[in-house]
Amino acid sequence: MTGPQQVDTAQIRARYPDVFDRPASARLATPAMIVAAFAILVYGLVDLDFSPSRFFAGLSQLGWISLMMIPPDPGSSLPVYLKALGETLSIALLGTTLAAVFALPVSLLAARNIVPSKILRFPIRRFLDSIRGVDTLIWALVWINVVGLGPFAGVLAIAVSDFGAFGKLFSEAIEGADQKQVEGIRASGGSPLHEIRFGLLPQVLPVIAGQVLYFIESNTRSATIIGIVGAGGIGLQLAEQIRVLEWQKVSFLILMILVAVAAIDFVSSKLRFAIIGRRAVA
Amino acid sequence: MTIAVSILPEQQLAALNAAYGQAVARRRWRLLFGAAVFAAALLLAAIGAEVNLRTLFTYFGNFVSYFDRIFTLDNGQRVWTDFGEWLWGWRKWLKMLGETLLISYVGTLIGATFAFVLNFFAAENTSPAPWLRFVVRRLLEFARTVPGIVFALIFVIAFGLGPMAGVLAIAIHSTGALGKLFSEIVENADMKPVEGVRSTGASWLSCMRFAIVPQVTAGYASYALLRFEINVREASVMGFVGAGGIGQELVVAIRKFYYSDVSAILLTIIVTVFIIDIATGWLRGRLFGKEARR
Repeated sequence: MTGPQQVDTAQIRARYPDVFDRPASARLATPAMIVAAFAILVYGLVDLDFSPSRFFAGLSQLGWISLMMIPPDPGSSLPVYLKALGETLSIALLGTTLAAVFALPVSLLAARNIVPSKILRFPIRRFLDSIRGVDTLIWALVWINVVGLGPFAGVLAIAVSDFGAFGKLFSEAIEGADQKQVEGIRASGGSPLHEIRFGLLPQVLPVIAGQVLYFIESNTRSATIIGIVGAGGIGLQLAEQIRVLEWQKVSFLILMILVAVAAIDFVSSKLRFAIIGRRAVA
Repeated sequence: MTIAVSILPEQQLAALNAAYGQAVARRRWRLLFGAAVFAAALLLAAIGAEVNLRTLFTYFGNFVSYFDRIFTLDNGQRVWTDFGEWLWGWRKWLKMLGETLLISYVGTLIGATFAFVLNFFAAENTSPAPWLRFVVRRLLEFARTVPGIVFALIFVIAFGLGPMAGVLAIAIHSTGALGKLFSEIVENADMKPVEGVRSTGASWLSCMRFAIVPQVTAGYASYALLRFEINVREASVMGFVGAGGIGQELVVAIRKFYYSDVSAILLTIIVTVFIIDIATGWLRGRLFGKEARR
């Protein structure tokens, strides 16, 4: 029988030392990392009270819950839920728009090609970072303290937390813009404001519009949950029905959220393509 | 050097102007129409969300003074004048933060493992059967569209209060999100190695193991790190519904109006998120740096 046996393994070994004779440190690095990752995992499971008995008890409980969810049924409160869904969509739309309006001027200040001074940019960037570091739900709790329970607090929460994200994204878009147009405006005697208005904004507005649409989409998701802390929308209904264990209503609400998110996804991706063209989205 | 600007005769200019006007007019109308629709949608949304500008203006002072209050200690001084008093509970808070990090670590790792197993079935080029791909894709979609905190709410009832519910919620959400990203990486992978391995008579499993996995691990690691970063943020609010972590302390402080505690806990959360962002960014840079050098 002829075949692979005839290959001169010794010669191949000699020719590719870095494949056949890797140093011990290189060979041990990957297993060591896996062992370390696994050790932290085990420590985590123990520290976080993961006991198998608790896990399986919970799992069977979860099985019961899912059985009770079938079939999804809104009972008599369908109008209330539809209104709540409308509230959620309103919160997402208004919050994102407000955030974009306020973030645009600030993002100009945070862009390297507009404000060259690092000392001026640094505090603005850290300010945006700190706003972003706080979750939307936390902002919702803060605003509930200010304007009371209800969807208005949700709008403000989304507006503030997205302000941080937009500030960063917009300023990155501005930094990526072509400087030649700006120089052209300057050469023809335009003021700094003219440079921004005619040289910069036409370039970045389509990018920004795409990002805003994308955020409206993802904020529909966030807006469904801020109701859990009392900031209006469908999350409020969801949290209530979970608390009173009305599982059929819960599954109906979850289905409503899924359908709404899918619909918004569809519409906003169509709009995004219309605004910036198919190739720019990718 | 002089440049002569030629001025067109009146007639020709008028024709060109008219053509330009016509061309622009259509675009302007479309823009105007779009803006009108958008404004109408905003107005509708404002009614739907019960926006009340008077409330905002009446209570806006509250927003400012809220920050004033959370930066004031009980004795009326500013918080940064007495760090010992401000961060009095730092031992407890650091412990809760550690729990938050552990929740996101365990959740991310479990989620990434499931995503790793499932993504080969979800990717177009490696899935063994179309019906399997369809099922797995819908499953992943479901797992990432339902918000993590909704899973947490349900799990708290099934598994009891505590970090276990938070971990499982984060794990499920991560499975959905990472499964999609992972399968996109696989779809971009080079299929020639797969053909090579298959031509030796290897099974589907060996094809994945020896042809696909070596190509995609760096991308997987990078996405998993990014997910960890997001999950730290998410885990910081899991406590709001009783699923463990620092959020529990925060929600108690906010609800009970322990003002200076709110700012102290927020500060620890923000600092932690910063550190995690920087650390994972550095780690990602190293992973991709190695990739580029090869």
